[in-house]
Amino acid sequence: MKKIAIAGNPNSGKTCLFNLLTGSMQRVGNYPGVTVELVSGEAKFGDEKVEIIDLPGTYSLNAYSQEEVVARNFIVDEKPDIIINVIDVSNLERNLYLTAQLIELEVPIILALNMVDVAEKKGLQIDIEQLSQVMGVKAVFTAANKRRGIDELKAVSLAVLEQPTKPHRLSYSHELQNVLPPLKKVIENHAEFCGHFPSRWVAVKLLEDDGVLLKKLNDNNNFAPINAALKIAKQQLRHHSNEESTTAVVEARYAFAGGVVRQTVKEPLISNRMLTDIIDRVVCQRFFGPLFLGLIVYLLFLFVFKCADDLTWIPVSFSFNEWVSPTGLCQLSFDALGNLANQYITLPWLRSLVADGIIGGVGGVMSFVPLIFFMFLFLSVLEDSGYIARVAFILDRVLRIFGLQGKSILAMIVSGGFGAGGCAVPGVMATRTLRDEKDRLITILVAPFMNCGAKMPVYAMLIAAFFVNSRGLIMLVLWLLSWCFALGAAWVLRKTIFKGEQTPFVMELPVYHLPTLRGILTDTWNRTWMYIKKAATIILAINIIIWALMYYPRYEPTAEDVATKQVQAKQLQYSFAGRLGTALTPLSQFAGFDWRENIALVGGFAAKEVVLGTLGTAYAMENVDADNSQSLSERLAVDPDWDRLKAFVFLVFIMAYAPCFVTIAAIKKETGKWRWAIFSTVYSTTLAFVVAVLIYQVGLLLF
Amino acid sequence: MTLAEMKEGEIAQIVRVGGSGAIKQRMMDMGIIAGSELKVERYAPLMDPIQIRIKSYSLALRVAEGKLIEVITGING
Repeated sequence: MKKIAIAGNPNSGKTCLFNLLTGSMQRVGNYPGVTVELVSGEAKFGDEKVEIIDLPGTYSLNAYSQEEVVARNFIVDEKPDIIINVIDVSNLERNLYLTAQLIELEVPIILALNMVDVAEKKGLQIDIEQLSQVMGVKAVFTAANKRRGIDELKAVSLAVLEQPTKPHRLSYSHELQNVLPPLKKVIENHAEFCGHFPSRWVAVKLLEDDGVLLKKLNDNNNFAPINAALKIAKQQLRHHSNEESTTAVVEARYAFAGGVVRQTVKEPLISNRMLTDIIDRVVCQRFFGPLFLGLIVYLLFLFVFKCADDLTWIPVSFSFNEWVSPTGLCQLSFDALGNLANQYITLPWLRSLVADGIIGGVGGVMSFVPLIFFMFLFLSVLEDSGYIARVAFILDRVLRIFGLQGKSILAMIVSGGFGAGGCAVPGVMATRTLRDEKDRLITILVAPFMNCGAKMPVYAMLIAAFFVNSRGLIMLVLWLLSWCFALGAAWVLRKTIFKGEQTPFVMELPVYHLPTLRGILTDTWNRTWMYIKKAATIILAINIIIWALMYYPRYEPTAEDVATKQVQAKQLQYSFAGRLGTALTPLSQFAGFDWRENIALVGGFAAKEVVLGTLGTAYAMENVDADNSQSLSERLAVDPDWDRLKAFVFLVFIMAYAPCFVTIAAIKKETGKWRWAIFSTVYSTTLAFVVAVLIYQVGLLLF
Repeated sequence: MTLAEMKEGEIAQIVRVGGSGAIKQRMMDMGIIAGSELKVERYAPLMDPIQIRIKSYSLALRVAEGKLIEVITGING
């Protein structure tokens, strides 16, 4: 099958075009907003079936960011038959700067001159024939959001597949043209240095101080002649043009882009930023900006909780006289399933496995799907509209004090930074937009402190038991504490492990645009689906393991146990999990936790929601007179072992200790090293324990 | 003078981009090169970063980076 890659600047409408071409036939799920993994899909161009790959959105193809390296390696290694270069015509020159680099890679290109509908209204007129001729590439006008130009793009692609075109070579400045051939010649003598890359590109990239290539050059003595030739070329360049080679290369590309613009744009664009400028004047303003941000956070809270939990807007009977909230609906369905299992499964261990282990465990997680869905919905709107970049702009200076940077905010918000739930897994992945490795690692290590959606059910239960009258206050304290943990940890990490200067923060503030319903829903659904998948796979598996650890080995109840209704509790203490929990008490008692809390917390390593289910089992039937319908929070509220202090310490510990397994796996994947995944687990658990002990001991003294 | 010394609303032309490595490359990739014209749109609430308009788009960059960008003002009168 022929391969077609889509490349382009961020915000060029690349992903929109990709979605249009592939329709529903995408193969890999993806984190929207930050096009991370390479998503591919199949499409039919006429009778020809093709594979389409969406490359990460980049401004350039340097070695300074992961995404750019991914994009260029894909182009060179996978040799796509065509690259469709999506170009935002309202920023023609900067978009053509990337095109120049694609031309350098000597691959067949088609230009999709996108967003042409908006630009035309603003007076822009481009001579597309002329553009094709000047660059030696085919070009098509498109308006991906209006589905315009798609058929033509397909037709042109087919023609190019049949008869590949080669773009004209980029002509650099006179001085650069002089030093390139000798350098290129030396490089060609070392075929293994080039790999699949074109030799001229390698020469240009070396002059540009490309990190990846320079490292390769210095790692192997065989390449010494290249190094020598490079030095001579750089010297010559400085001698003749009094310019650094890096500057010379960039300027040559921009000269090319500028030249193309001059030759092909007949009528320039009247700024398309009128409305954006007006909005920015308010939302980036020194005083109103932060206020507006506060308002957005407040609205997010309101929206998410109202829609998911507070408002009962889903009918559950055909006469429309019974209504529940989405969360309520989830709970109802899983309760019904649990009842069915209890009713129809007769084998005791199987009944326990299905009802407690599977339905109870997964149901607890699933009841948070609505909350997560509405949270991601709101976030998608913010991201797609372009507002998140403004948040980064407003908060960069503050975050920098703590060793983070403006763009860290996206990862923090997705992880639950607004305090209304989120998930650290997409949060960790959202750090890909951070160009600097240190900034990125710190953000990855502190994002899991945020109050993700999985911690919410545990919070809700304990608040219902102990802090009913001060629900809002406790939520606020927990929200502030999560940021204290994250910022404090970031500050320490920056001062110790990640010492060193901070890195460039050059960020585009894109034109605002109204997100499309389709785009938002796709985004939201993809993310929510990730969460559901997590619940159905990892959490299910862990729940079964934990269930087994709590169910085996079986305890033989004595007559006295039966009389005092202690069978279940004795069983739990006798089980593997109970033994582990008991073994941990010498340590955990300093924070006020006994063996039951320990089991729950160990289970929470898998997923924080598990804490709830495990505690539920551990405390079920504890009270002699316990009424079966009593909920866990009602039980804890009257349990003599529990009080407000213990509950609060437990809350804080759950907030801060190790990220869940899924997050740890994501950290491993994103950093490429188990080292960071393990470090993340160990340092956050230690920190959580120290803080928990401190609060508990001080609390004991005071109360 | 440098970009970091400019006031809100001021327009200037870039003379030279200093710095090295990732910082310089990133700025140049985004079109901050000698000869381009830029306008300071505004400073963030804590006077850092700076929002500038260059060519047809807006960029945010820090004061520390602004200090690396030499500019001259008043070419257009």
